[in-house]
Formats: sequence, C-alpha cells, structure tokens
Amino acid sequence: MTSTALQQRSATISVLVENEAGILARVTGLFTGRGYNIDSLTVSAVDPARNHSRINIVTSGTDMVIEQIKAQLDRLVQVYRIADLSEGPHIAREMALIKVVATGVERVEALRLAEAFRARVVDATLESFIFEMTGGTEKLDAFIDLMRGLGLAEVSRTGVAAIARGTATI
Amino acid sequence: MNQTLPADTPPAQAPSDEAAGAEILLRALKDQGVEVIFGYPGGAVLPIYDAIFNQNAIRHILVRHEQAAVHAAEGYARSTGKVGVVLVTSGPGATNAVTGLVDALMDSIPVVCLTGQVPTHLIGNDAFQEADTTGITRPATKHNYLVKRSEDLARVVHEAFYVARSGRPGPVLIDLPKDILIGKAPYTPAPAPEAVHRSYRPQMDPDAAQIARAVALLKSAKRPVIYTGGGVINAGPAASAALRAFVRRTGFPCTSTLMGLGAYPHNDPQFLGMLGMHGTYEANLVMHGCDVMLNVGARFDDRVTGRLNAFSPGSKKIHIDIDSSSINKNVPVDVPIVGDAGRALAALMAAWDADTTEVDKPALAAWWKQIDGWRGIDCLRFTQDMTKGAVIKPQYAVQRLYDITREMKKETFITTEVGQHQMWAAQYFRFDEPNRWMTSGGLGTMGYGLPAAMGVQIAHPDALVIDIAGEASILMNIQEMSTLAQYRLPVKVFILNNQYMGMVRQWQELLHGGRYSESYSAALPDFVKLADAFQGVGLRAKSVDQLDDVIRRMIALDSPVIADICVDEKENCFPMIPSGAPHNEMILGPEHGTSLQIGAAKSLTDEGLALV
Repeated sequence: MTSTALQQRSATISVLVENEAGILARVTGLFTGRGYNIDSLTVSAVDPARNHSRINIVTSGTDMVIEQIKAQLDRLVQVYRIADLSEGPHIAREMALIKVVATGVERVEALRLAEAFRARVVDATLESFIFEMTGGTEKLDAFIDLMRGLGLAEVSRTGVAAIARGTATI
Repeated sequence: MNQTLPADTPPAQAPSDEAAGAEILLRALKDQGVEVIFGYPGGAVLPIYDAIFNQNAIRHILVRHEQAAVHAAEGYARSTGKVGVVLVTSGPGATNAVTGLVDALMDSIPVVCLTGQVPTHLIGNDAFQEADTTGITRPATKHNYLVKRSEDLARVVHEAFYVARSGRPGPVLIDLPKDILIGKAPYTPAPAPEAVHRSYRPQMDPDAAQIARAVALLKSAKRPVIYTGGGVINAGPAASAALRAFVRRTGFPCTSTLMGLGAYPHNDPQFLGMLGMHGTYEANLVMHGCDVMLNVGARFDDRVTGRLNAFSPGSKKIHIDIDSSSINKNVPVDVPIVGDAGRALAALMAAWDADTTEVDKPALAAWWKQIDGWRGIDCLRFTQDMTKGAVIKPQYAVQRLYDITREMKKETFITTEVGQHQMWAAQYFRFDEPNRWMTSGGLGTMGYGLPAAMGVQIAHPDALVIDIAGEASILMNIQEMSTLAQYRLPVKVFILNNQYMGMVRQWQELLHGGRYSESYSAALPDFVKLADAFQGVGLRAKSVDQLDDVIRRMIALDSPVIADICVDEKENCFPMIPSGAPHNEMILGPEHGTSLQIGAAKSLTDEGLALV
C-alpha cells in the first residue's frame, strides 16, 4: 500500500434515514461494532412530511476504511442516501454553550474575547456568563481554549451539522 | 427520536375486516408462501400457537432448543432457496436464537425470526421473560423490527420477507408484544411484486461499462482463475447454470470457497477443488500465481486469503458482489462490479461472445500444464490400511460415504458440524449440484449440522440427508434427536469419532507444543445406546472391514440413525495454511514428507499466533 493510502483523514458524512425507532442505535452500533471512530454525531428530523431524519457524522480513518464506512452505512435498510461532504465544498457548523465563572479582570477579558469571536451572551449573573457560539470546530475549540484561563466552568456542544455548498442535495 | 412510523406502500387491494394480530400474522405468512415454521412455544407466543392450532396451511415443527429452530430454518432455506421461518418466545427463547441468527448473518441465509415479547406497556419494566430482544439482536441480524401497533403487523411481516430475501440475504427478526397479537386490526396485503421499497433497493443489474472492462481483462489473461463463493448459491440455480456455461466457454480454471461448493460441478476437469486454509494445493497456487482473478460472489475471507500482504500479489482482480461493502473491504480490487451473481455472469457471457478478441491459447495451454503439474502432487492423497481390523482413516470414511451414495444414485444432502470432519467432508464429498451442501462457514457453529439436517429433511422428505459430524460437535444439539423421532425424519448422523475436538487438537499440536488442553472428548456417551434411547437406530464401525456395511445399513434404514465411526485419533487435516502464513505456503502432511511441527511453516510468527 502507498503511504498516502495509509494516512488517516477526517471525513464528514451525512446520512438521510427513515425516521424510525432504532435507526440511530443501528448506526452507532455499526461504528462501535466495527471499530470505526465517531468524532462527532448529530441527528434530527429534517422532513416530517416524508419522515426523514438526517444524521451527520464526523469520522476518521484511511481511505479504504472511509469507503468501507460509507458502503456499510449505505446498505442499512433504513438508509435512503449517504453523502460524503468532505469530498467537495461544504459548510460544517457546530454550536456551543460556554459557561464562564469569573469576576474582576478575568470577567471583563472574557466578555471582550466573546465580542471578538462574535459569541452572544445568553445568560449573565454578577459572577458568570454563558456564551452561545456557532461556527466551525476550530473556532469553537480556540474560544474554549482561551476561556480555560479565564474561569471556564462548563461546556455543552452540539457536534457538527454539515451541508454541501451550492445546489447539490443529499 | 420521533416514534411515528412511515406511511405505507399502497396495498394491491383494499384492506379487509379486522382480525386479531395472531390471525393477521398467520395470514401474512401464508401470503408470503410459508409452508413450515420451526419453533418452540412459550407464554408470550401462546396467541400465535392458538392460531396455528386452528389452521392447516402452515406446518409447525417443534424443536427442542430455540438455537436448533434457527439452524433448521437455515438448512431449509439453503436447500430450497426459500426464506426459513422461526417462531420463539420472549426472553430466553429469543436469546437462545441469537447464535443461529449470527450464523445466518455471517453466511447470508434468508431467515425470518418471529420472537414473542411482553406487552407494550411492560416493555422496559424487567417483566417475566422479558429481554431487550431488538437491542440484543440489532448487530445479530440484517434488520429487526418491534411491532408497536397491530395495524403495522402485516406490513412489517411483508417487509421483513422482502428484506430477508433481497440483496444480500440475511436474518430478519420481528419482535411481537403479546398485546399486539391479541389486539384487532385490518389486514394489509403484500405489496405488488413490482412495488419498490422506499429506502432499501439493492442494485441487481451490473454496470455495463464495468462488465466490458472485466471482459477485456479476462480476454487478455495468460493465467486466469475464476474464484466463486456462496453468492452464486444465493443467486439461485440459474446463477450456477450461468457459471457453468461461462467457465466452459472461457476454458478457465475454477475454484470455490467452502460456502460455494456445488455451484460448479466438482467432478468437472476444470474444477480445482476448494481453496483456502484447507483447500487444495493446486487451487491455492493458482490463486497465488494468476494474473487475472474473477471473484464471483465470494468475499476474500481470511480463511481464503492467508496473510493479506502476500495474497495473489501479481494479479488484477475483478470482484462481483451484490453487497458493495464487501468490495474493497480486505483486498483492493481493480474492477468492482455490484450486482446479482447470476445477472452478472449472464452479462459477462454476452459481452464475452460479443467481443471478438481471441484468448491467448498457447498461454492458457501452458497455464493448464502447470496446473496439471500441481494436481499431480495429489495433495489429498492418504493411505488406508485395508487389512482386517485396521483403524479407519477419517478421509476414507468420507470417501466411502461419497462413493456409496453416488453408486446408489440417491439425491443426497450433506450438512456438517464444525471442525476437521467439516473440512474432510468439503474435500472428499464432491458436490456436483448447488443447494446440496449446508455448513456453518462464517461463524463456524458447532451444533449446526443436526438441526440443519432436520430442516433439509423437512424440505426434501424423500431425499437422503446426512449430517457428517464430530463426536464433540454432535453433543451440542443432540436433543434434536427427539425432533427426528417425533416427525419420523430419517436423518443419518455420521459421526467421525476420533475422541478429540480434532481441529483444536491439530492447532494445539502445531502451535502450542502438543499441549492438548481441554480438547479430549472425555466421558462420551455410547452413541449406539443414545440412538436407541431417542427411538432411532445406532450403528458402529470400529475397523475398516466394518465400514461399508455400516454405511449401507445406515442408508437403507427408514429411521433416524447414528453411525459411530471410530477413526484414527491423531489424523490431521491437510493441506493447511497456518494462520499468518501466505496462501502459497501450505503444509502438505506426512504423505508428502512434511509433518506438523512448530515452525514447519516458514512464516509462523506471533502475529500468526494471535489470529484465529
């Protein structure tokens, strides 16, 4: 095998599924049962009329493993279609609620950085803020890292929702 | 997640009057062409058993262990091409069935397993005989359902049969809470045959461009091989017919996996025998030295490939499989073709005939000459001492069984348990027709053979059905002798009794310094007395002069028979590719001067030791 074939890469895969009991368990069971990574997973109903849900998974592996993952997902009975968004231009966003407990200088600095990152304040007390931030994973990671030194108390994140750019649909 | 269920596919006719869930279930099964159910009753499924009592269309076979019900359904399915049906109760009934379901999943056998469940309002409450059946069987089945409303029952049953038999076949489980079986609802007929499922639409027809590329590659081959597997069997007798036509048209050598035996006739000169860990010398060397390999319906299993980085290094590979996830899973291939084996073979044939390129006849002739040289080694040769009182070699026992059944021209079905006897059955019982060979390949389940033979005999009441077994394996589902007695199924249990778990002992001899830890079959029952206790007939052959007579008597008896064939205890199964070795490094055994010592295979490593 060539060295590029053995390199690990990240892949963002969207799966359009029947909104039926058990499908999420089946997909996660597929990943854990075959030893594939789940770096992020989100799921929600997207089309109640047609009873569709969409699962977004960020995974990593060699090229051959990623192709396997896609083929394994595609053959599940309740799966309509899968799309490997990382194959083309796409948008990937996640949302985080970040609680910072601080007073004095650190409190002020936290608020200033939140402005710079365009995070919104959704909760405020005299000793704490909760920031809501939406963006790419790296942006959220960077902001949270900064907050670590300024009184970061708790983080709640959604995981990545992704969609292809342009007119193409799953 | 949202609990509502999707809209129905429009039914072919308007739904009719309401009936209880259990009645709807039986009607749906009948509409799916079910004639036999293998099952075992229990509290949660009493309504179904009541409905069964009141009808005649579907026959119920009472097994003695739920695992056996699933294996029987597998034997039924593999020998007929139909979907096997199982009915077990909740809790322990369902959990006992799990081994059978995983077996069907690994070997791609279409089975629908109906399990009882506690009433919907008690689910999750740790009720009596409750188990999270759908949770436990999710990785054990191709798909599973929990029916939460009586109105959905018929639709789910029809869909389950579609899923079980479409694409790559597999086991489908339907969990039926007891209140659903009692509640009333209208019946939904099966969708029309041409109706398309909303999400599951496996690709059946191969891509024409890929077929053309495959044919171009095959025509240019100097050292080709056709490697076939269970997928050809699953695609039906038409696929076996198409395979035979194609192999003969091309003049190429053909080999088969354990699961594919019988698709191509064993006795045809173009057949190289089975390949793999205990495959023939010529089959493995052809696979290693070929320049073009056509895989039809096999999955490059580790028993076949040996060490992956040394597998068929110089060849271009074409892979036809109905399951796209099997392609490029272990072995990267050059021409992937997703589709049904039969349709793909027909397409290959048409493209081959349309393409006027000639094959390289001199190269092919040279290849066959080389193959004949390898065949000349006679890797399956063994020596049976024919003096009176001499011990029977297990290979000889299988060979005589084959010779005598062939001579009697009886339509014979063979099932096996798992181990050395299974490999000898594959090597020496030469199958010329598909659907005659039922064995547990992927999962390797000891205890498979006897219940599977039961299922085969139910499907083929007038045929000769033989379970070639080991004395350790046969004890795992021995209770099914009672089922044989109840339904007067004249299954023959042909035990190659070597007093050891043979395959385990062989590996302990090779890899673990001959430390036979827990592989001796201690405290064996007297199989002749055991047969008698189960209302069958017991026979025993202790030496070579007794063998033929026992075989003939076994076949002639119109009752279940256990034939206890005492064979050489220390015989090993050859050829053998030790785990971790490449597939061209085989140990050939004492007939050919080599023996089973530690390190006898050049490439034995710790990595190899870690492999099963």
